[in-house]
Amino acid sequence: MSENSTIRALLDSAGLHEPGTDAARVIVHGNRVIGSRLVRGLEVDARETADGIEADISVRGGVRIETPIHMCFGMLPETGKQHIVLRVRMGKGAAASILAHCVFPNALDITHSMDAEIEVGDGADYSYFERHVHGREGGVLVLPKARVRVGENARFKTEFELIKGRVGRIDVDYETHVGPRGVLEMIARISGRGDDRIRISETGILDGEGSRGVLKSHIALRDRARAEIHNRLVANAAHARGHVDCKEIVQDEAAASAIPIVEVNHPKAHVTHEASIGSVDSKQLETLMARGLTEDDAVERIIRGLLG
Amino acid sequence: MRAEEKPIGSGRLEVRDLSMTLGGKPVLQHVTIDFWPGHVHALIGPNGAGKSTLASTIMGLAGYQDYEGDVLLDGESLREVPVDERARRGITLGWQEPARFEGLLVRDYILAGAKNGSDEKVRDALLRVGLDPERYASRAVDKTLSGGERKRIELASILAMKPRIVLMDEPDSGIDVDALNRIFDAIRDLKARGATVILITHSLTVLKQAEHAFLFCNGKLIDKGSIDRIGRYFENQCLPCDHQDGRESPFPVRES
Ligand SMILES: Nc1ncnc2c1ncn2[C@@H]1O[C@H](COP(=O)(O)OP(=O)(O)OP(=O)(O)O)[C@@H](O)[C@H]1O
Ligand SMILES: [Mg+2]
Repeated sequence: MSENSTIRALLDSAGLHEPGTDAARVIVHGNRVIGSRLVRGLEVDARETADGIEADISVRGGVRIETPIHMCFGMLPETGKQHIVLRVRMGKGAAASILAHCVFPNALDITHSMDAEIEVGDGADYSYFERHVHGREGGVLVLPKARVRVGENARFKTEFELIKGRVGRIDVDYETHVGPRGVLEMIARISGRGDDRIRISETGILDGEGSRGVLKSHIALRDRARAEIHNRLVANAAHARGHVDCKEIVQDEAAASAIPIVEVNHPKAHVTHEASIGSVDSKQLETLMARGLTEDDAVERIIRGLLG
Repeated sequence: MRAEEKPIGSGRLEVRDLSMTLGGKPVLQHVTIDFWPGHVHALIGPNGAGKSTLASTIMGLAGYQDYEGDVLLDGESLREVPVDERARRGITLGWQEPARFEGLLVRDYILAGAKNGSDEKVRDALLRVGLDPERYASRAVDKTLSGGERKRIELASILAMKPRIVLMDEPDSGIDVDALNRIFDAIRDLKARGATVILITHSLTVLKQAEHAFLFCNGKLIDKGSIDRIGRYFENQCLPCDHQDGRESPFPVRES
């Protein structure tokens, strides 16, 4: 397959069209960078490794990239390994967002792992949205790991979404330290079915005075899927505020556990948490059914809302 | 009346000798009511009288299906008919406390029951309850909406559904004066389209929107008639109270 048709096949599987030509992008198939386009102030240095790539991505201080940078990681074959090592540096006052698609449409036995080290400089703003598109077989082992530092007055937002196709096995491990008045938001939305296994471990450490953090995990499970959420938010400084939100809708023979840990080490800090696990809320269900939706349609809409 | 809003036919709802026990307590006792098609009815009475229970039973909600007696729509028993099928036959309910939905957009919520949805329908329904579509259509029906906003959005979803029989449990609770007038307009619209409306209320102003009133106490229908006569309940509370099973009336009895 030519590189162009591989690009097209990956983007098609993700339900994407060719993005506009003004957007920066990086497309990685297996261990090859098969497409890239840069914009001013954005530097990407990618090296192929035996089973993936190693990339340094940086945005120069003060540069604000308005259009999201598109990244696509994926593999079209049924089996294989893709290991991504990513170092992201956002200079002081820089701003950028990345929309990453991880596309494994035919996976039977694929391991996709990511090791990211992210530095969001003082006053910088960085968002990373990762959408996974898997096939129906669920033959993917996904191991995303990130260590993040958020500087003074900086913002970091990450969203992980896997609601199309089967999960397979996923083990998310993110840890973020937040400086003074920095803001952290980590969101995971995952829908599991069959024998999917989901484990999420997100840690936010609010070290700086006036820093804020939200950890949010919304999971919907069917069949025999299992999920475990370990979200931990620690506040170590005055006026640090945080919230942990774990919601899991469980149907059929699925099972879920949520272990939110909130830790406050300063008398002027405040952290809250909410966790709910259970079948679809009966009042929500009956409200939609009282408008004429069948039970299945109503459940589907409620879950779509939770994951939306 | 617009072309698409032609009268929607009968929808004769009858409650026949309905009794229900919940948690060992009789909460409805031998209630019989004929709701007149195309008319506006009001159910009134003190807290715990059984008004919401009756509405839940008519809607067929879980936990309210074990009753004696019957509920009939156009002569047919609804005993075996599940909630969603009752809704498809034209019955719907606005809750005393509407549900919150995380992530479900107002637009999608309103269109849930509409036969063929469009942005126009969403706009129209929101305008009718006095909410600006630009500001509300893309918000979620979640805890960020105020209680009154949620109530109005629920009513908008009912209007978009074009039901034949609408049960509205305390439609005025948490509603400001201006919005209340919109809601009264909506009730008149529903009636104009031939819908049967059943209002549950503690307010004389809402009662005045109705044509027939029913007074409940302790699970019993103790009086019915014109709103003027039954409405005196709001001045006198339970008139001579002989429906308390020998217990003393919790309400002051004042002779008028
Ligand atoms: N699921 C239930 N289990 C036990 N008791 C119930 C249940 N649902 C309602 N009840 C009881 O039935 C009685 C009637 O309740 P209902 O909600 O119908 O009153 P209401 O007339 O709507 O009152 P309000 O004006 O306060 O809304 C109350 O005593 C209530 O506690
Ligand atoms: Mg009530």
